Amino acid sequence: MNLNGIVQSVIFLGILILSAKPLGIYMARVFEGRISANRWCGSVERLIYRFSGIDPDEEMHWTTYAFAMLAFNFLGLVVVYLLQRFQSILPLNPMHLPAVSPDSAFNTAISFATNTNWQGYAGEATMSYLTQMLGLAVQNFVSAATGIAVLVALVRGFVRRETRGIGNFWLDLVRSTIYILLPLSIFLSALLVSQGVVQTFKGYRVVQLVEPIKGSDGNKISTQTLAVGPVASQVAIKQLGTNGGGFFNVNSAHPFENPTPLSNLLEVLAILIISGALCYTFGYMVKDRRQGWALLIAMLLIFVPCLYMCMQIEQAGNPVFTSLGIDQTASTLQPGGNMEGKDARFGIANSVIWATATTAASNGSVNAMHDSFMPLGGLVPMWLIQLGEVIFGGVGSGLYGMIAFVILAVFIAGLMVGRTPEYLGKKIEAYEMKMATITILIPPAVVLLGTAVAVAYPAAKASILNPGVHGFSEVLYAFSSAGNNNGSAFAGLNANTPFYNIALGLAMFFARYWLAIPILAIAGSLAKKRIIPSSAGTLPTHTPLFICFLAAIVLMVGALTFFPALALGPIAEHLMVPSH
Amino acid sequence: MSAKDRTTLLFDRMIIGRALIDSFKKLNPSHQLKNPVLFVVLVVSVLTTGLLVQALAGHGEINTGFILAVTTWLWFTLLFANFSEAIAEGRGKAQAASLRRNRKDTMAKRVKVPEYGSEYTLVASKDLLKGNVVLAEAGDMIPMDGEVIEGIASVNESAITGESAPVIRESGGDRSSVTGGTTVLSDWLLIRITSNPGETFLDRMIAMVEGAKRKKTPNEIALSILLAALTIVFLLATVTLLPFSIYSVISSGHGSPVSVTVLAALLVCLIPTTIGGLLPAIGIAGMDRMIQANVIATSGRAVEASGDIDTLLLDKTGTITLGNRQAVAFVPAAGYTEEYLADVAQFASLSDETPEGRSIVVLAKTKYNIRERHVNELAAKFIPFTAETRMSGVDLGDGKIIRKGAVEAIEKYVKGAKSVFPDEMKDAASRIAKSGGTPLAVSENARVIGIIHLKDIVKGGIKERFAELRRMGIRTVMITGDNPMTAASIAAEAGVDDYLAEATPEAKLKLIREKQKEGHLVAMTGDGTNDAPALAQADVAVAMNTGTQAAKEAGNMVDLDSNPTKLIEVVRIGKQLLITRGSLTTFSIANDISKYFAIIPAAFVGIYPALGRLNIMHLATPESAVLSAVIFNAVIIIMLIPFALKGVPYKSVSASRLLRDNILIYGVGGIISPFIGIKLIDMMLVALRLVK
Repeated sequence: MNLNGIVQSVIFLGILILSAKPLGIYMARVFEGRISANRWCGSVERLIYRFSGIDPDEEMHWTTYAFAMLAFNFLGLVVVYLLQRFQSILPLNPMHLPAVSPDSAFNTAISFATNTNWQGYAGEATMSYLTQMLGLAVQNFVSAATGIAVLVALVRGFVRRETRGIGNFWLDLVRSTIYILLPLSIFLSALLVSQGVVQTFKGYRVVQLVEPIKGSDGNKISTQTLAVGPVASQVAIKQLGTNGGGFFNVNSAHPFENPTPLSNLLEVLAILIISGALCYTFGYMVKDRRQGWALLIAMLLIFVPCLYMCMQIEQAGNPVFTSLGIDQTASTLQPGGNMEGKDARFGIANSVIWATATTAASNGSVNAMHDSFMPLGGLVPMWLIQLGEVIFGGVGSGLYGMIAFVILAVFIAGLMVGRTPEYLGKKIEAYEMKMATITILIPPAVVLLGTAVAVAYPAAKASILNPGVHGFSEVLYAFSSAGNNNGSAFAGLNANTPFYNIALGLAMFFARYWLAIPILAIAGSLAKKRIIPSSAGTLPTHTPLFICFLAAIVLMVGALTFFPALALGPIAEHLMVPSH
Repeated sequence: MSAKDRTTLLFDRMIIGRALIDSFKKLNPSHQLKNPVLFVVLVVSVLTTGLLVQALAGHGEINTGFILAVTTWLWFTLLFANFSEAIAEGRGKAQAASLRRNRKDTMAKRVKVPEYGSEYTLVASKDLLKGNVVLAEAGDMIPMDGEVIEGIASVNESAITGESAPVIRESGGDRSSVTGGTTVLSDWLLIRITSNPGETFLDRMIAMVEGAKRKKTPNEIALSILLAALTIVFLLATVTLLPFSIYSVISSGHGSPVSVTVLAALLVCLIPTTIGGLLPAIGIAGMDRMIQANVIATSGRAVEASGDIDTLLLDKTGTITLGNRQAVAFVPAAGYTEEYLADVAQFASLSDETPEGRSIVVLAKTKYNIRERHVNELAAKFIPFTAETRMSGVDLGDGKIIRKGAVEAIEKYVKGAKSVFPDEMKDAASRIAKSGGTPLAVSENARVIGIIHLKDIVKGGIKERFAELRRMGIRTVMITGDNPMTAASIAAEAGVDDYLAEATPEAKLKLIREKQKEGHLVAMTGDGTNDAPALAQADVAVAMNTGTQAAKEAGNMVDLDSNPTKLIEVVRIGKQLLITRGSLTTFSIANDISKYFAIIPAAFVGIYPALGRLNIMHLATPESAVLSAVIFNAVIIIMLIPFALKGVPYKSVSASRLLRDNILIYGVGGIISPFIGIKLIDMMLVALRLVK
């Protein structure tokens, strides 16, 4: 790690932390309906309700809320599937791309509806502009808004007392979209366009090469086709909504998606900014801001060491190269370290910041190939995913996942202070425990079982392009990514096969909805409870001690669940690398 | 027999013997099924036993000795867990039985007609049914719990309470309840039996201790869910290792896939067997500690809830104050000395046997050295207190007429004799009343000569006790029938957080409802029938054993000592129970880290030799590593049994301090200690040449 790494990360973390309070307060005001109360702002919102026949005053029981959420998501899924299947006969397809195969369309539809954005396809060679904009981009907005809505419902469960309603799904969905995601996306798109991110409806450009080259068949090649499209508008929301699905196959490593260091900073900030600020929103809404800071600090407590560990490993370079006498030290001429799979524009620092941010959050966009990181360097992003996407995590979903861990932590810590456990004045009982453990249990179950099938099933094993210990890491990463709704890939795995499209599709589906539903059940159960006033005998949940305990619980669950699998993947690989 | 005598030694030989047998009986799958963690251990043990049989038949997956060793220790893990439960049950039963022993083999005099003097037949106490009426005369043992319907008698309840002074039991009112096993000392009682055999409070408590009828408490259920979830996680993590290792063997080209025996060992080591095994014992031990404190809980839920209590309703009399008002000062009227007033007051109180009267005599003696005169030496006529006059006094042989009583009563009395009640005395009286005391006026020959200041005496050390409770986050509310002024003054002196003055049973009930509505969990004690609604409403309700049957039925605990201060002890026991559960859960999970470092390198070193570097404990061989982890996992259960039974040490400090201490001891300690333990066991195995 060098000065550049420290400066870059401090700027990134600094802006992230400073933005938490203002954005957090703003979002809280949105959810509490104070923005819509404004006559001018509210008019659009009210128009939407009138047009779609929504009663904005309806309070939903958690089952109704969950049903609305599922129905809406299912509808979106079907639309995306159909758009892909019929894109060849639909407009805005200047490159005349054919219909997407059924299994790939199924996988992509689930992938975008679940806020995962796992991409088994190459965007520029597969999706028409219409599919990208009307299908994928719309899902980028509403899947993010769905995550936020579920979180807000959960927060209401803590705030409300002795009532059945946890809010109105449609209101939360609409408000998150039009007051938070849309304005931020428009703002970010404009900034990105200023940096050179393309935005056009025209077809791909054929340009003359400055210096013609010889193709593999010996023929001279003097032109190159440059894929373009309505990129900037899509990049903004893919980052902000922790979606991560790139317009192009190489995602934010592509110069038209992420051209400059400034665009890189903006995009990587956009990954974590909402998730981070939602912690503050949480504290604001439960009327104890310390609780929000506590969760944010707990996240940083895991994130920052992971970031620096990864940076340290990558900057140290590859010991095999060192023994060959290859210079890997940072200098004015080169970033040094392990530069395989990293873009020279970003170097070690910005590649690592992105890699940890995109895996800590369930974003999954990339600006470097995680597959080419050193074994332990690659372990960091993989493990951040395996922690359950609760370190920032997806917008909304990360925080509600974290709150499930908080429930686990207060349960154990609460007993240790001699009280039956409670959080924010609400008793944590068998029902909440059952639901919280389901949310914590599902992702590892999906990841481990999926990986087990994939390494045992011959048709699946054929997809592994690097047999051996690294191939195992690639499969484990793929299922970790799908089973936690991250969406990034380790690469090196041919995942656009019927097996992977279906298996990963199912993994994404379970990991999203079998977390959201129990979380809503917790919200419903908590809303019915009384609030117990706190006293000296109450477990404080904002102290450094509890924050460390919470972080330790997250780390322990992640480590204990995945240590054996990681031992056979990145850890074995690391130990097998000849040392310095 | 006092409460102390009843505390069984931690490891009584008889109890251990029974527990050993019970450990095997509990291997019954239907019993183990109740505990998901132990059920998994059972299934795995059966599986490895199958592998052992296969190995003995010559088709072993790995060497037979290793499978035998692992299998043996897996069975021990299960037996140790069962043993902890059995020994807790044994101790609980032994304690309850010693309470019950008293009532065995009594012959009861059952009457046909519930009247004194009617015919009775002798029946064994165990054959008595609810509703039967029995006669108990001097020297008889009361056969069963019941209610006095006729008669008055002194009863020796020392068998239950350890208190040797006899108590009065009579029909009607709040002293009508009698307990089986106590003895009538004088007179007679007609008692209606209030419970069928096997349904007394004690029987209910014994049932809760016994395995078959024991129900899990809400918090136990929630914790079991957590433990089941962890078990599933580890089940997945270990089962998937089989395909993972097969893949790794193929791709690396050497080694062999992990054996089922090692996976079984890994699984049992990882799942929370320590807390899973000790969980029932911890719950039962909580009940045991209640019995040791002479409290009979009628549900495990109540024991648990007592840890949550944040509001204590305490009756002033007997709990906060010594129970009776005492004279603390004499305030003479103009023209009289304090000593003279003391002298007259003592005359007036010589035959007043109320505690207040006694305290006046004592104060006069200690303060002015006025000797207690013998009543018979004086040709005096004592005038007893009546509700009508609200005065008492004495007419001395020398013609002096002395009266003492409430200020208003004396005022009326002196006015009747054309005398006046001096204004300065009225002021003095109201000053005393304002300070929380009770003024008693004294007159001599219809002239007011002064006022006696009576005061509630707050028990020594109670203020510190309340401060301690406040640190634990528990608010105390004093309940008293006194007027608000008196109540406020005593509340301030005792350091309670709040008080309810002029309390009626309805006001008490209302207060509890209000507190509960605010989210508080309320505990109270009570004895009277009119306390029953409030007792039923409170979250933890301790009925005094001397109280009425209605009060006992409404409460969820019965205090055999009838000591209202016991509530504080009950809260402590509840908290300790929960802390023990939490601490051992933390310890159990923290242990897993070391087990990975023992077993993972051992399991995969054949496939990837580089993984041998994870063997940071430098355990001798892969087999010794696996075996050491399994042995540690089993032995730790036995080593923690004393913690489960006695409860982890508990100090009344704030929640933050408690959390810090317990995380350090059980969390950090739980991570470090197994590294040491496993290494030691490994060294032992090598030293004994039990592993190659």
